[in-house]
Amino acid sequence: MSEPLRFHFDVDGSNFTSAGEASIQIKQKLRQLGFAPDIIKRVAISMYEGEINMVIHAGGGTADVYVLPETIKIVLEDHGPGIADVELAMQEGFSTAPDSVRSLGFGAGMGLPNMKRYTDNMIIETELGKGTKITMTVNVPRQ
Amino acid sequence: MTVNNLVEKMSLEVLNLSDGEKTVTGGYTGDLLSWVMSRASAGDAWITIMSNINIIAVASLCDVSCIILAENAEAEQSVVSLAAEKKINLLRSEKSSFALSCELGRLL
Repeated sequence: MSEPLRFHFDVDGSNFTSAGEASIQIKQKLRQLGFAPDIIKRVAISMYEGEINMVIHAGGGTADVYVLPETIKIVLEDHGPGIADVELAMQEGFSTAPDSVRSLGFGAGMGLPNMKRYTDNMIIETELGKGTKITMTVNVPRQ
Repeated sequence: MTVNNLVEKMSLEVLNLSDGEKTVTGGYTGDLLSWVMSRASAGDAWITIMSNINIIAVASLCDVSCIILAENAEAEQSVVSLAAEKKINLLRSEKSSFALSCELGRLL
């Protein structure tokens, strides 16, 4: 198979409560495709953290997932404010989320570190005032 | 042990029970969703005081066997409805997270 399966989602930025819908759908698709549970968990968690970030900070965005037998690529793109200091944002515990978000159990500064931890490669492209694009890949070991 | 057994033995209030025959293989207690998501294992009974709608997505992504809301944490109808839609077992107790964790630990 040379052409990846592609799934596209619009992440609604006005609705914090629907965040997770795309990740849950991807989890189900990957399960149907027969991927191993640990691979599915890594993809789903990384994508969910990304979704939550886009809702909290960027007013939503898009999520595209490209599935190949040997690799799964997740591309998250938003037109939010951008990340001022990527190195700082990558530190566990650093967060700029408002208190309202913290009271919901998020905003602990674990989103980006979790995304990095659970993927084999993560590239952050960000420009202040323009937006952020995050590309993550999870490699699938040969069975 | 199944979720049905857990409900009976721990006298839990049922808010939604879509799959009572699901096996409970462990437990995890925590309220910080990103933390729970990265640490809880499939099959765990997840004890929390967090009751907003995002717990359903987290439970679904982690494949926990059930959510147990501690200290009678209030769950809105939308949360219960989504639990039913996503087939997430949602239970509740008046006991604290600590007390529930101890009890679950003894049962497992």
